[in-house]
Amino acid sequence: MSAKVTVADVERVAALAHLQLASEEVEPMRRDLNAILGYVAELNQLDTTGIEPLAQASERMDGQASAGHSALRPDLPAPSLARAVVMAQAPESDGVFFKVPKVIER
Amino acid sequence: MPDETQSATSFVEKPKTLAALREEISSGRTKATDLAASYYARIEEKNPRLNVYLSLTKERALAQAARIDALAAKGDPLPPLAGVPMGIKDALVVQGAPATAGSKILKGYQPPYDCTAVARLEAAGAVLLGKLNCDEFAMGSSNENSAFGPVRNPVDPERVPGGSSGGSAAAVAANLAVATLGSDTGGSIRQPASFCGVVGVLPTWGRVSRYGLIAFASSLDRVGPFAAHVRDAATLLGAIAGHDPMDATCSAAPVEDYAAASDKPAAGLRIGVPAEYFAEGLDAEVRAAIEKGIAALEAAGCSIHPIALPHTKYAVPAYYLIATAEASANLARFDGVRYGYRSPQSTSLAGMYAHSRDEGFGAEVKRRILLGTYALSAGYYDAYYRKAQQVRRILAEEFLRAFAQVDAIVTPTSPFPAFKIGEKTGDPLAMYLADIYTVTASLAGICGVSVPCGATRAGLPVGMQILAPHLGESTAFRVARAVEAAG
Repeated sequence: MSAKVTVADVERVAALAHLQLASEEVEPMRRDLNAILGYVAELNQLDTTGIEPLAQASERMDGQASAGHSALRPDLPAPSLARAVVMAQAPESDGVFFKVPKVIER
Repeated sequence: MPDETQSATSFVEKPKTLAALREEISSGRTKATDLAASYYARIEEKNPRLNVYLSLTKERALAQAARIDALAAKGDPLPPLAGVPMGIKDALVVQGAPATAGSKILKGYQPPYDCTAVARLEAAGAVLLGKLNCDEFAMGSSNENSAFGPVRNPVDPERVPGGSSGGSAAAVAANLAVATLGSDTGGSIRQPASFCGVVGVLPTWGRVSRYGLIAFASSLDRVGPFAAHVRDAATLLGAIAGHDPMDATCSAAPVEDYAAASDKPAAGLRIGVPAEYFAEGLDAEVRAAIEKGIAALEAAGCSIHPIALPHTKYAVPAYYLIATAEASANLARFDGVRYGYRSPQSTSLAGMYAHSRDEGFGAEVKRRILLGTYALSAGYYDAYYRKAQQVRRILAEEFLRAFAQVDAIVTPTSPFPAFKIGEKTGDPLAMYLADIYTVTASLAGICGVSVPCGATRAGLPVGMQILAPHLGESTAFRVARAVEAAG
């Protein structure tokens, strides 16, 4: 994992993340990503063969707090936020739907 | 030169204890409305320099204070936090108040609901003064990543307050609130508490509901209190902790009486001191202050045990891979469709997303989104994300083994005291290394407290980090009280 990040990599990842980087942002990002990825390559020193990944800490709390961590609330209908309240926050709305730029080009 | 000395002292003021405020309000000597008004007056005077508050919730605060005064006038029993003026990190949502999370992309957003921790504080009688500045989406260790300007450290306004909950720490240090809420993903409560000379609590992951916390990295994010006094921090944790049906990751384990637990002497507790946290890179004055704190714990009847946590050096790289991977997913929701900023310069849907995000997010947030997206992308997932999660298990188990031998572990909270504004902004990696002592507990999910523990010769506060096992908050508070009493 000591990859060298190229400008093309930055552009590929930015596209995946829906980030339209300005052209002057690309090179500093490439430099920073290289520095950070070079640093995290330290993890390669560690042999992790056979070790289960730990996704979140509650897995390590079994027997202490697991009662709460698996408790889901009852699946009962309850009121959600009023449409008018939610739509008031939208950048563009007709009051019923969110409005967005054209999705399908003719 | 005289000006410098003046500015270094004029902003620091220690808030009264919750017990003292309660006595004043219940006896009728102080009205909650007058108290709130006096805090707003102080905010008006000090905030232009410190930039701690991003918005104020005066109407709501004064209505709540009036309710408390009416109860007190009737001689009715007062709720536990009656009239306590508090500030809330802007990454937590409060209905009717803007919530920016320090980001331009959320400018103007008015959340339609209250986060659980805030609702619980208000139900307990607290008066919410306003929303506090922070690093954008809680990403940063200096509060310099806020889109609304840096917070200044009340101890020395030329220095950073730490981050990301810099406003929450600075507000307590300058008595612009009696107590505050922050969030901690990799050290964002503990490190600013240490830089500003206040108490900051990292609750066990799952101890406090995150409903209404704007998500950064969900397997790491926690909500916790700041206060000037350890016992008050314990009281506040008790008020916000406990199961919440709105957060499935929130533990149903019973909430202990943390304040009462903190009254118990620390004598007899076994304290572990990990050599790895006192190695190269630790500021000599910080080391001396922490060693003095450890000696005070020994004098208080604790036994001190050298321990080893040999994988500690892998925590920062593992943390930055996991946190950024989760952030890249969590921040996908900011797309210019349902709330927040939308770029005007787009005629297609995809272009609107991409321009809104580029114009709305700051440089550090974009850097982390890109790093996280890279680490999760095809061909790299196993090498980066999966590897980091494996290391996370090693680190968590290392802590659990240590806690079989000791009741609590003490370390410096930060390798250095508050640094100058602008000192580290040019080098993202150097900024990440500021989190070297805090991220391991974040990955392991254990709890901790940062408590003031002396100062450097220049008067900059030093914080001691006290770590305890999952749901071991009571123990952490006991140790913190002993350190506080010695200081």
